[in-house]
Amino acid sequence: MSAAVHEEHAHDPAHIRKVAMWVFLGSECLLFGTLISTFLLYRTRTGDGPTAAEIFDIPFTSISSFILLMSSLTMVLAHHSTGRKDWRQMRVWLVATALLGMTFLAGQVFEFTGFVEEGLTVTTSPFGSSFFVLTSFHGTHVAVGVLMLLVTALMSYTGRWRPDAGMDVELVGLYWHFVDIVWIVIFTVVYLLGV
Amino acid sequence: MTVTTAQHRPYPRPRDYWLIALILGVITAAEVTVTYLDFLDAAVAPMLLVMAAAKFAIVVGWFMHLRFEAPIYRRLFLIGIVAVPILFGAVLFTFGILIG
Repeated sequence: MSAAVHEEHAHDPAHIRKVAMWVFLGSECLLFGTLISTFLLYRTRTGDGPTAAEIFDIPFTSISSFILLMSSLTMVLAHHSTGRKDWRQMRVWLVATALLGMTFLAGQVFEFTGFVEEGLTVTTSPFGSSFFVLTSFHGTHVAVGVLMLLVTALMSYTGRWRPDAGMDVELVGLYWHFVDIVWIVIFTVVYLLGV
Repeated sequence: MTVTTAQHRPYPRPRDYWLIALILGVITAAEVTVTYLDFLDAAVAPMLLVMAAAKFAIVVGWFMHLRFEAPIYRRLFLIGIVAVPILFGAVLFTFGILIG
């Protein structure tokens, strides 16, 4: 890349926003890395509470994981629709992504309720604390993502849709896919390797 | 139809995205199946980690378009990814000593 092209690229607002998002996602890797490390440290310290093998319902969590994975497909299709300026299609895929995200969250609430009934709370044991902090933190990210998806879909109805709105969808998409890849790691490390 | 914008290679088509999703679904099914196969014993953990890494790479590369983007985005994300194992090691080592 020549110096002139580089200079032009460096002042492109879309490029700057995208760089900022990737830096943010890189820093989020460290945040979740710390939480996963803490979980690994405490996963066997169950005290008098139930162990992972006793309470995890792998088939149920697998379905939740699959739902979140498929939300990445709907998200990328929403982004693809912005490239074709097909705003109606984009809204359909954004709302579909938000619905899949909400389904995942509902599953998490159902799962947590079951754990509490079986005696695992955030104060039961170091295992319980690290598990709930990690998964709740991820759940909060999903909830924020759902909100961003719905706001983006609603914004497209308001008439204040900017010409570079495709970039908004792309940035929301990057965040959403990141939430998905974090769950890929949590599902394997916490659930599958935990039982 | 391929979608192109400035500074990146053409993105995949919807058909490709559906195919990628199918592959991700198959890997997830394989992960769960492996967990229930007792005879695999010590091989389960490495197999699960490899499959998780494959899913991670597929989502980052194709759905997040990192393999089609300008190298600067890849580098920024790689800094975070590379720092994670270092952080893992530091946390596990430090607290492992403190906790015993």
